[in-house]
Amino acid sequence: MKINIKNAIHNRELEAISLLTVIVMWQLVADLLVKNKLFLPSFIDVVLSFLKVIKNGALYTDISVSLLHFLIGMFLAFVIGLPIGIIMGWFKGANHIFDPVIEILRPIPPLAWIPFAIIWFGLTHQSAGFVVFIGAVFPIIINTYTGFKSVPVVYVEAAKVLGCMRDQNLIRYVALPSALPSIAAGIRIAMGVGWMCLVAAEMFGVSNNGLGYKIWWHYHLHQMDFVLVYMLLLGFLGLLIDRVFRYYVDDRLLKWRLGIVM
Amino acid sequence: MGRLTVNNVSRTFYKGNGAPTIALSDITLEIKDKEFVCFIGPSGCGKTTLLRIIAGLDTPTSGEILLDGTKISVPDAKRGMVFQEYSLFPWRTVIDNIAFGPQMQGKNKNESLKIAEKYLGLVGLEQFKNSYPYELSGGMRQRVAIARALANDPKVLIMDEPFGALDAQTRNILQHELLEIWRKNNITILFVTHSMDEAVFLADRIVVMSARPGKIVDIIDVDLPHLRDRTAPESNELRNHVLKLLAKEREK
Ligand SMILES: Nc1ncnc2c1ncn2[C@@H]1O[C@H](COP(=O)(O)OP(=O)(O)O)[C@@H](O)[C@H]1O
Ligand SMILES: [Mg+2]
Repeated sequence: MKINIKNAIHNRELEAISLLTVIVMWQLVADLLVKNKLFLPSFIDVVLSFLKVIKNGALYTDISVSLLHFLIGMFLAFVIGLPIGIIMGWFKGANHIFDPVIEILRPIPPLAWIPFAIIWFGLTHQSAGFVVFIGAVFPIIINTYTGFKSVPVVYVEAAKVLGCMRDQNLIRYVALPSALPSIAAGIRIAMGVGWMCLVAAEMFGVSNNGLGYKIWWHYHLHQMDFVLVYMLLLGFLGLLIDRVFRYYVDDRLLKWRLGIVM
Repeated sequence: MGRLTVNNVSRTFYKGNGAPTIALSDITLEIKDKEFVCFIGPSGCGKTTLLRIIAGLDTPTSGEILLDGTKISVPDAKRGMVFQEYSLFPWRTVIDNIAFGPQMQGKNKNESLKIAEKYLGLVGLEQFKNSYPYELSGGMRQRVAIARALANDPKVLIMDEPFGALDAQTRNILQHELLEIWRKNNITILFVTHSMDEAVFLADRIVVMSARPGKIVDIIDVDLPHLRDRTAPESNELRNHVLKLLAKEREK
């Protein structure tokens, strides 16, 4: 135990040193080698630009607009993908109804939907949300389906002999909790894909605000330090969303899985 | 009441290529209320299939099962089952596992938990109330599985090699506990085992089965009072008798 804690501290130090080294090298390369803010803004340039977008308030608008797009898409993907996955996985034959449609739509890269998103929804939040939805819905459907397909028969039979007979109850009390790890993994994948789609959709002008939109906007103004600010922000926010999800779902909702080797 | 009648039950499985496997052939058997019946026989002789049909998890190709004179076809709370493999819901705590049955019977949460506490006490696992199944040993898991089945107050308890995966010592302890529970709860118990010792220790009657096609070879009454001495001459004699029967089947 003692050794572990010591190691952990040691690892933290190593990580900090590694990060610092990269930042120092970046600064040096930008200042001494490249000497061109367009090709490579320095670390300090980026920090200063970051402070600027905080001060003028643009940052908050962009973050909230992007999160709104993301939430619209993820919410739709969840409320549409989950039931489809459940029906496909639970009712025999249902996957033959959904499968052909899904197999045709799924290989289409979500970004290919952008023209239709604009035609259907205009330059609105819904439009960006729709592109996120397209990217996120398939991982949710597929993981829900696989989770339901691999519910151990013995749990279903145990529930039946305990008097849980109706499909609705078997799904609610047995299949859904049993499939939850797989569904949670699907949502995490979906959030990753959705985040990428979000940036692309915003860059293509599906919306007039947001982190992705700002990357493109500052690019046109040749303000590459701002471009980098927004790039890094997208990375950090993506990471943060994943961590929060992990904390609430993996550590709390799925703590019964502690004994299972993953 | 828990009187079971098995009338001419047969079950044939068809493999992918259409080849039939006769798992059970014309089984007829009458089990009295509150009787403890053990089923023994070589693996593949249809013990699990028979119990699954009695539980309502499988349907016979022909024949019927009656519980107190009423034909049964689907599972219900009157027949509880304990499986050979660990069947506790891993996402529910011990107490919530036991409360599952009463909850499904439409009892409210408080009532269900109260019933669950009672059966948790019966198997002596109060201090593991809020543990998850992964935190329990194999013996404890089967205790909880028994408590979970009993919480529905079944008339018949169906047990398919429930102690098969446990070590000898845990097994002995659980056999004692099961007899105790059987006496307290006035239930009929059907118990599959492949251990001669277990059958002779537990059963009022031992049903000896043979394979391909699965049928009953002999039914032996065990007229020894509980708790039985595993090493008494009568026990040894019975064991030898069953052993010989099974050996004869194997030679065929
Ligand atoms: N679902 C099934 N499909 C096909 N064959 C089965 C199925 N269940 C059991 N069998 C066959 O029926 C026979 C009896 O099986 P089982 O009842 O499990 O025997 P036991 O429990 O006595 O070992 C075996 O030959 C087995 O292969
Ligand atoms: Mg078996």
